[in-house]
Amino acid sequence: MTSRLRLYTFAAPSRFYSLAGWLVPMFWVLAIGLSAVGLYIGLLVAPSDATQGDSYRIIFIHVPAAWMSMLLYLVMAFWAAIGWAFNARMASIMARAIAPTGAMFTFLALWTGALWGKPTWGTWWVWDARLTSELILLFLYLGYIALVEAIDDPRRADQAGALLALVGAINVPVIYFSVSWWNTLHQGASVSVTSSPKMASIMLTAMLIMSLACWAYAFAVVFTRARAMVLERERHTAWVAELANGGKVVAA
Amino acid sequence: MRDLFLAVLQRDLRLAARRRVEALLPLVFFMVAISLFPLGVGPEMQTLRQIAPGVVWVCALLATMLSVNQLYAADFADGSLEQLLLAPQPAVVVALAKSVAHWLVNGGPLIVAAPLVGLLFDLSVPALGSLVITLALGTPVLSLLGGLGAALTLGLRSGGMLLFLIVLPLAVPVLIFGAGAVAVVEAGQSPTGHYSLLGALLIATALGAPLATAAALRISTE
Repeated sequence: MTSRLRLYTFAAPSRFYSLAGWLVPMFWVLAIGLSAVGLYIGLLVAPSDATQGDSYRIIFIHVPAAWMSMLLYLVMAFWAAIGWAFNARMASIMARAIAPTGAMFTFLALWTGALWGKPTWGTWWVWDARLTSELILLFLYLGYIALVEAIDDPRRADQAGALLALVGAINVPVIYFSVSWWNTLHQGASVSVTSSPKMASIMLTAMLIMSLACWAYAFAVVFTRARAMVLERERHTAWVAELANGGKVVAA
Repeated sequence: MRDLFLAVLQRDLRLAARRRVEALLPLVFFMVAISLFPLGVGPEMQTLRQIAPGVVWVCALLATMLSVNQLYAADFADGSLEQLLLAPQPAVVVALAKSVAHWLVNGGPLIVAAPLVGLLFDLSVPALGSLVITLALGTPVLSLLGGLGAALTLGLRSGGMLLFLIVLPLAVPVLIFGAGAVAVVEAGQSPTGHYSLLGALLIATALGAPLATAAALRISTE
């Protein structure tokens, strides 16, 4: 049989396991490399801000974390929906693997935001639209994780989680547009696909590099977690038994 | 479809009427929980007037979440839920009827009791009126969202807490605009913006939640 690559080739857990196995080290290299470059430019090369001084530099973690938190939720909802629609357990495993990392980035965004808010706004927290909706996003992630962990039957857990993730996906556009829909303390969008950026280009470069670093990190961590989940779920199969006994994975 | 809707609605109302004390427990919880706040926060009337909308709304949310836990549990346990889902009509009808019954049994008393507890907090008459309106708009949303949560967590061990965790993020907008409207009336400004948003949330939830609840029922009973 000629091994042609199809859209659903890696829907087979064993094939995903092998693919992820050799991708993860590459993602780690990318993540560490890009964050080293990004942090070097952001912390050492970029000048201090005219109004905020050096406290603005937390933007190089805060904004990538916030972007990742929203992106990962949509990706999680997407894979959960694919798993539900096509009865593809690998897609549901991917959604479950994404959730803890998404929750972590959301928490990081909130925490770095608070650290930034104290010197600049004078307060750790304010109940404006963006912060509140980001906090709701954290609760949505936690709710998803709690629900899929609470249901013993894996198929029912996957489907219930998919429904919850899809219902909660409405929150992500709310977070994104909250700064233009409401009068908020959080600043509006400085970066847009349709207009020129409102920040110095070297700061923007560092921020984008850090975003790619966070993305590579997310891939590395999510794929590692997904591999562990695959082993757990497929523990009754021959290929996992072979692996446990020290043999190589044989993708069918 | 209207027949099934009315049949399920009447069944739930009749069952609630046969156990009136049980049906009124959420109301008692609502009033007791609200009364705890002056005891905890102190009797300073200015403070109480400020926290009143939030306190009433949070307690309404908690009372709804506690009571909605059992919405499908009894029917699931004795198999009648599966029979209902075997009907030729879509499960959306069952979901909607259950949520409406829950609102009539639980939300209705809350709306009636709210002005009384508002008096405990020395709210002005316009604010009391606003409280009733926001609860009338908001408690149906809470019942609909609660129905979704109940369907998702059907038969699970950790049911009650998990249901609250799931429904809470979805119920936050209603809480914000509901309590916000009363606070705005207390401050003497116009609450029509808040009412419009509450109305929009009601419409959107009434259109979306029964569909999601029906899907959740199918998932949970498979």
